[in-house]
Amino acid sequence: MKLLVPIKRVIDYNVKPRVKADGSGVDLANVKMSMNPFDEIAVEEALRLREKGVASEVVVVSIGPAKAQETLRTGLAMGADRAILIQTDDEVEPLGVAKLLAKVQEEEQAGLIILGKQAIDDDSNQTGQMLAALLGRPQGTFASKVEVSGDAVAVTREVDGGLETVSLTLPAIVTTDLRLNEPRYASLPNIMKAKSKPLATKTPADYGVDVSPRLATLKVVEPPKRSAGVKVADVDELVAKLKAMGVAA
Amino acid sequence: MKTLVWVEHDNASVKDATLAAVTAASKLGEVHLLVAGKGCAGVADEAAKIAGVGKVHLADDAAYEHALAENVAPLIVELMSHHDAFIAPATSHGKNIAPRVAALLDVMQISDILSVESEDTFTRPTYAGNAIATVQSKDAKKVITVRGTAFDKAATSGGSGSVEAVSSTGEAGTSRFVGAEIVKLERPELTSAKIIVSGGRALKDAETFQSTIYPLADKLGAAVGASRAAVDAGYAPNDYQVGQTGKIVAPEVYVAVGISGAIQHLAGMKDSKTIIAINKDEDAPIFQVADIGLVGDLFKIVPELTEKL
Ligand SMILES: Cc1cc2nc3c(=O)[nH]c(=O)nc-3n(C[C@H](O)[C@H](O)[C@H](O)COP(=O)(O)OP(=O)(O)OC[C@H]3O[C@@H](n4cnc5c(N)ncnc54)[C@H](O)[C@@H]3O)c2cc1C
Ligand SMILES: Nc1ncnc2c1ncn2[C@@H]1O[C@H](COP(=O)(O)O)[C@@H](O)[C@H]1O
Repeated sequence: MKLLVPIKRVIDYNVKPRVKADGSGVDLANVKMSMNPFDEIAVEEALRLREKGVASEVVVVSIGPAKAQETLRTGLAMGADRAILIQTDDEVEPLGVAKLLAKVQEEEQAGLIILGKQAIDDDSNQTGQMLAALLGRPQGTFASKVEVSGDAVAVTREVDGGLETVSLTLPAIVTTDLRLNEPRYASLPNIMKAKSKPLATKTPADYGVDVSPRLATLKVVEPPKRSAGVKVADVDELVAKLKAMGVAA
Repeated sequence: MKTLVWVEHDNASVKDATLAAVTAASKLGEVHLLVAGKGCAGVADEAAKIAGVGKVHLADDAAYEHALAENVAPLIVELMSHHDAFIAPATSHGKNIAPRVAALLDVMQISDILSVESEDTFTRPTYAGNAIATVQSKDAKKVITVRGTAFDKAATSGGSGSVEAVSSTGEAGTSRFVGAEIVKLERPELTSAKIIVSGGRALKDAETFQSTIYPLADKLGAAVGASRAAVDAGYAPNDYQVGQTGKIVAPEVYVAVGISGAIQHLAGMKDSKTIIAINKDEDAPIFQVADIGLVGDLFKIVPELTEKL
């Protein structure tokens, strides 16, 4: 079985995003970019399934600018077998991404497609569910455990209130949550090896998909700032404050 | 505009998250509800009493018992032939179902809205809440999820909606509910609590977390939350996680104990009315958003505070 893992190049999670003064978006010039953290978890899960013998090949795919190659190389350095870059400088929304991925899946016929639950830039939390809809396949979102057996996958999901397990018929779509695994680091030799692994470059037009945006961003602003508070010296002072607020009797 | 709101429920009663979604929907015009579940007629009757509700569509079928997106989405798509917008609360179930509906309708979803500016324009947080975008949808139909903390709850009485049964679209046959481990809460629920006490990595282990945080929470009648680090380390269950990728909360009072204040955590709680931080590092970023800060060792401070309250 083949595994398909869509990965997105996003602002590094350690960087504090800054809104551009003209309100047109977030300033990404000279900002460190990395693989979306949930996608690292997705790659890791795919690699573990391959190492267990459940899967034979792991294909990473990214939709984005030429620089998204670096993100794909990171995936290859972690251990993926080959990569596909669907290159575009335009921002592609989750619906467009899902449509492109559906076309990739037509060609690849993966048994399992593992995505992140959420990209930490747009915070959409949509692409996996949309892809599942377009393919008419089942979805196991927010996964904290994935177990393939035969033609089904059991997915334990992080839901409000606790955990829930569903059984899905393959091919299926899974999106990762934080507790699924701890992604490995790419070793230096593997980073070197990744340079010669196959990376195919395509365009949205190659797939005949219209990815023009449906949402227009009219403006982007910073959230209201909180004004600086006070420091209290000890617990008694804190208790007094709580009493004044009516929180404590 | 006619909006269909997906009612979150447990086949027994309406979940609170629905009420904020109804308020958001009412800003667009007429509000219809969908109660899909098994043996959920009582939920539909309860939903019909929510203020401002017109029709309540009731789909009572085993296929909908566990809100599996594969089964529920086709039902919603069918109902969308006579609605202009679909709204779900941005809960784990809402976030699971709505994008599936959007893709089937060939619509780009607007996630986690903070406000309704007009029929087609909304604000929503991006980049862990560090950038608030105003977006306009060009799609003919709108699919939206609603951030619960951003809208008042609709009143649970005063409405006089009519309940109308709709026929089932049946099982998709590709997914099956196996089971759930739902944590029984003795304390208030995080997303509706007035006071929250959250603990971070500093709490050492599950036992210390419980023996330190829980008594303070109980004294305050508060819900308990946690940082990702605390959840990852197994101090607290996964659904206690507050943050960009966990629960979004905005209580009257949020007490952060031994939490550094990473942007991903702040994203989930910085709209709280009053933030209190207890941390031994006076430079911890949490103090930049805290209204009241106390620098010191939580293992001294928290027991003393609990006792003096
Ligand atoms: C994709 C992604 C998503 C994420 N989503 C979330 C999310 O939703 N929610 C979330 O919370 N995090 C999230 N994170 C993690 C986030 O980046 C931080 O790692 C996490 O919030 C840190 O948790 P913490 O503050 O408990 O731990 P730390 O950062 O380790 O802070 C511990 C604090 O405790 C203090 N301390 C230690 N001992 C004591 C003592 N005895 N008394 C008083 N203070 C003490 C220290 O000074 C320190 O400030 C996410 C990260 C990623 C990459
Ligand atoms: N441009 C992209 N290229 C590859 N994968 C993507 C892209 N955008 C989103 N994804 C995948 O979809 C997941 C959810 O993203 P989103 O719906 O934008 O929050 C991500 O974690 C990725 O796995």
